[in-house]
Amino acid sequence: MENVYSALMQALQLTIVVAGAPLLTGWVRTLKCWMQGRRTAGLLQPYRDLARLFSKDIVLAENASWIFRFAPYVVFGATLMAGAVIPLISFDLPLGATADIIALVALFATARFFLALAAMDTGTAFGGMGSSREMTVASLAEPAMLMSIFTVSLASQSTSLSQMAHVITSTPLVLRPSLAFALLAFILIAVAETGRVPVDNPATHLELTMIHEAMILEYSGRHLALIEWAGMMKLLLFSSIGIACFFPWGISGHGDPLMLPPAFVILAAKLALIGIFIVLVETGLAKMRLFRVPEFLGSAFLLATLGMLSFFILE
Amino acid sequence: MTVSFAAQINSVLAALILLASFGLLVQRRIYGLLHIFAWQGLLLSISAAVVGYSAGLHHLYISAALTLSLKVIALPYILYVLIHRLKIHREVEEVVRIPTTMLIGIALVVFSYHLTAPITELSDLVTRSTLAVALATIMLGLLMMITRKKAVTQIIGFLAMENGLFFAATSATYGMPLVVELGVALDILIAAFIFGIFFFQIRTTFDTLDLKAMERLKEEE
Amino acid sequence: MIITALLVINLAAAAVLAFMGDRKLAPELNIAGSAATFAASLALAVRVHDEGPFVAGGGFFFVDAFNVYLAVLTAFVSMTTAVFSRRYMAHERRHGKIGHKGMRFYHAMFQLFIFAMLLALLTNNIGVLWIAMELATLSTVLLVSLYRTPPAVEAAWKYFILCGVGIAQALFGTVLLYFAAEKIFGEGSNGLLWTNLSAAAGSLEPTVLSIAFIFLMVGYGTKVGLVPLHNWLPDAHSEGPTPISAVLSGLLLNVALYALVRCKVLVDGATHSHKAGYIMMVFGLLSVLVAAFSLLRQKDVKRMFAYSSIEHMGIATFAFGLGGPVATFGALLHMLVHSLTKSSIFFTVGHAAQMHSTQDISRIGGLVKGNPLVGWGLMFGVAAIAGMPPFGVFTSEFLILTALIKDAPYFVPLFLLGIAVAFAALFRRVIPMVFGDAPSWQKPIKASHMPVLVHMGLALGLGLYLPGFLSEWFHMAVEMLVK
Repeated sequence: MENVYSALMQALQLTIVVAGAPLLTGWVRTLKCWMQGRRTAGLLQPYRDLARLFSKDIVLAENASWIFRFAPYVVFGATLMAGAVIPLISFDLPLGATADIIALVALFATARFFLALAAMDTGTAFGGMGSSREMTVASLAEPAMLMSIFTVSLASQSTSLSQMAHVITSTPLVLRPSLAFALLAFILIAVAETGRVPVDNPATHLELTMIHEAMILEYSGRHLALIEWAGMMKLLLFSSIGIACFFPWGISGHGDPLMLPPAFVILAAKLALIGIFIVLVETGLAKMRLFRVPEFLGSAFLLATLGMLSFFILE
Repeated sequence: MTVSFAAQINSVLAALILLASFGLLVQRRIYGLLHIFAWQGLLLSISAAVVGYSAGLHHLYISAALTLSLKVIALPYILYVLIHRLKIHREVEEVVRIPTTMLIGIALVVFSYHLTAPITELSDLVTRSTLAVALATIMLGLLMMITRKKAVTQIIGFLAMENGLFFAATSATYGMPLVVELGVALDILIAAFIFGIFFFQIRTTFDTLDLKAMERLKEEE
Repeated sequence: MIITALLVINLAAAAVLAFMGDRKLAPELNIAGSAATFAASLALAVRVHDEGPFVAGGGFFFVDAFNVYLAVLTAFVSMTTAVFSRRYMAHERRHGKIGHKGMRFYHAMFQLFIFAMLLALLTNNIGVLWIAMELATLSTVLLVSLYRTPPAVEAAWKYFILCGVGIAQALFGTVLLYFAAEKIFGEGSNGLLWTNLSAAAGSLEPTVLSIAFIFLMVGYGTKVGLVPLHNWLPDAHSEGPTPISAVLSGLLLNVALYALVRCKVLVDGATHSHKAGYIMMVFGLLSVLVAAFSLLRQKDVKRMFAYSSIEHMGIATFAFGLGGPVATFGALLHMLVHSLTKSSIFFTVGHAAQMHSTQDISRIGGLVKGNPLVGWGLMFGVAAIAGMPPFGVFTSEFLILTALIKDAPYFVPLFLLGIAVAFAALFRRVIPMVFGDAPSWQKPIKASHMPVLVHMGLALGLGLYLPGFLSEWFHMAVEMLVK
C-alpha cells in the first residue's frame, strides 16, 4: 500500500514538472507583458508554441551527425530525471533516494554538455560561440552552485533534497546567516543557469549577446520543441530547488495524502511569487556585458563560500 | 528578547558586517565605498546595542551611540565633504584582479577562524563566535589598504580596520572599559582631521590623490 | 601629584604655543616648557628613588624603576632637542623652508608629542598605553610633512598608514589581553591595569596570551621599527625636520619598545615559557642584520642614521628577548645610551646638512674645517654609536654579547657580523664627511653646541661609570622583567 502511494506521488510530481513548466513560463511572459504595457498572448501560449513545433517537420543540416539528433532527447531526458528527485508537493519520492543533490547538478551538466556538443556539431559560427559562452558560464556557476547547496546540506546534515527539506521544516526556526548567504548565492546562480536577464536574455537573437539561443539556432521542429520544453522545466526545477532548500514549509510529509491539496496550492503560490520576482528583476535590470558575467558569478561563489564559512564560524 | 535570540541576531549582523567588508574590497565607486562603510558602522552600532541589551550592560549603549555618531554620521560626512571639495566624486578606481583579491579574502577569513578558534573555546559569552568575524574584518581592511592605490580608499580601508577592532571589543569582551573606548574614539577623530589635511597636502604637492604618484622614496641601488 | 604636574606642563605648553604662534619668544617658551617637564621628571625620579615604585591616581598611573628612567630620559632629550631646535628652526625659517603657520604647528605638536610619550610611559592602563602610542604617531605625522615637499608628504603618508595599520594590530592584542583578564577581574578598568595583570599573570589563559602577543609584537614592533615592519622609519626620519628625527629616533622607538616589553612580561608570566622571547630574538636579530647591510647603500645622511636606529633597536629587542639578568641589564642601558648618542648625532647631522644645504652624503665634506664642533661631534657620535670604547654603547653591547655567549652562543657570529658591518659602513661614509677639504658650497651657520656637548658627555660618562642610583634602578627593573 505504502509503495503504491509513493509511486503515485512520484508520478504526480513528475506530471506537475512536465505539464506545469510551460504554465510557469507563460505566467512569467504574461506578467512581463503587463509590466511593459503590452497585450498578452495568454497564459497558455507556451503550450500552443510547443504543439506547433511538434507538428512541424525537422530540417537537418547536411553535415549533422547522430549527436545533433540525439542531443534533444538527452537534454529532455536528463531534465526529466532531475525533476524526479526534487520534492514539489510531497517528501515521498522513491526515486529521491537514488540521486542526491550532487547527482542533480551532474544531470544538469550532462544536459548542457550534450547541448554544447550538438551546437558545435553543425560547424556554424554561432553554435561554437554559444557553446563556448555557455561553458564559460557553467564552469563558474557549477562550483558556486555546489558550494551554495553544500551550505544547506551542512545545516541539514544530508545531501538528499527531500531529506534536507524535511529537516528544515521539522526543526524550529532560527536565524541562520549561512542560509541567507546560500540563498543569495543560489538566486544569482539560478539566474545564470536558467539564462535569464541580466546574464542572458531568452527573448533575444542578437548575435553579440545571446548565449543559450545561439546554441539552438540550428534546431527545428520536434527537436526544438524538446529543447524549449526542457528549458521551461529547468526554470521550474531551479525554482523548486530553491523552494525545497530555503522555503520548504508547506510541502506535505510522508504518507499524508490529506496535506496534498494545500501543498499544491502553496506550491502554486510560491511559484507565482517567484515569477513576479523574476519579472521585477528583468524589468528593472539591463542585461550586463558578457565580460561582467564572470564577476557576477564570482560574487555568487563568494557569497556561497561566505555562507559556508559563517556556518562554521557563527553557528 | 532572550539571550539566544540576541545571539542569533548578533551572528546575522556579524555575517552582514563581513559581507560589507567584502563589498568594500570590490567596490569601485567612491560614493559606493562611503555608503558601504556607513552601513557597516550602522550594523556595528546595532550589534553593540543588541549585545548591551541582552547582557544588561548599559555602557555598551554609550559605545553604540558613539559608533553611530562617529562612524555612521561624522566620518562619512567628513569624507563626503572632502570628496566634494577635492572634486573626485566621479572618479572610478581601477581595481584589478578582483577574483584573486576575493580568494585571498576568503583565505583570510579561514585564517582568522583558525587563529581565534582556541580563544572562542575558552569563552562563555553568547557573542564569542563573532570574534573570528571581527579579526577577518581587520584583515580584510588591511587587504583593502594593500590592493587599493588611492588615498581616499586607503583611508576607508583603515577605518574599516577600526570597525573590526571595535567589533572585536564588543564580541570578545562585551566592550572595553569606557575610558579606552572614549580614547580610541578621540584618536580616530584626530586621525580623521589629519587625513583631511593630508588629502589637501597630497593634492597640492602631487596634483592627484593617486598614490602611484608617490614612489619617490625607494631604496637607492 | 608630580605626575599630574608632569603631564599638565606639556599640555599647557602645547596650548600656549598653539595660541602664541610664531612670535618672538616661542622657541624660548618651548625650551622652558620642556625644562619644567624635566624638572618635574627629576622630582618624580627622586620620589621613586626614596620610596620605591608606587601607584597613583586611583591606579591610573604606575611608576617603577623601569619607566622612571625612561621618563627622565624623555624629558631630558626633549629639553635638549628644544634647545637645539631654536637655532635650527630659525635657520630653516630664514631660508623659507617653513612658514609662519608651520612654526606654530611645530611648537604645539612638539609639546603634544612629548605629552603623549610621557603618558604612554607613566600610565598603568594598557588600553591608555595604546591610546597614547597612537596619539604620539598622530602628533608627529604632520611634523614629518612639515616642509611640504613631495618626498616629505610621501614619507608622512607612509608613516601614517603603516603605523596606523601596525598599531591597529596592537589594539587587537590589547583586546585579547583584556579578554583573558576579564575572567579574573571582571568588567571594568581593573582588568587593564598592568599592576593587576602582572600580579595575576600566572593565572591568565596562556593560549589567549600567546595569540595576543603575536598581535602586540606586530603592532608595537612596527613602531619600534623592527624588520620587516620598518619601511616607514627611514623615510620619516630623512624627510622630517631634524629635531623631529632626533626625538623619533631617541624617544619614540624607546617608548614603543617599552610597551612591547611590558606586554612580554605578562605573556611570559602566563605561558611559563620563553616563546615571546624567541619571537623577539628573531625580529631583533633580523633587524640588526638587515639594517646593517642597508647601511652600506645609503646616500642620504639622515636616512643612514635612521637605519642605524633600526639596528640598535634590533639589538635592544634581541637582548630583551634573550632574557636573563645580564642581557636585560644591557638592554636597559642600551636604550639609554643609544637615545643620548643618536639624538646627538642627529643634532650634528642637522647642522651639517644646513651648512651644505643638502642631505646627500657625497656633497658633505670637511666638517672639521667648517665647524670643528659639528665635525668632531659627529665623529665622536659615530664612534660611540658604532660601539667603540669607552662610550656607553660599548658597555651595553659588551654586556649583551657576554650574555649571548653564555646563553645562546650559536647566535654570536650573526650578531657580531651585524655589528661589524654597521661599524664599517658608518665609518666608510662618515670619515669623508668629517675630514678633508671643505667644499665651495659650504656656508658657516650658527650651530647650537650645548646639546651635543651635554649628550656626548653623558654618553661618555655612562661608558666610564654607571651612577649608583641608576644601576640600582636597572637591577630593580631587571628583577621585574626576569622572573
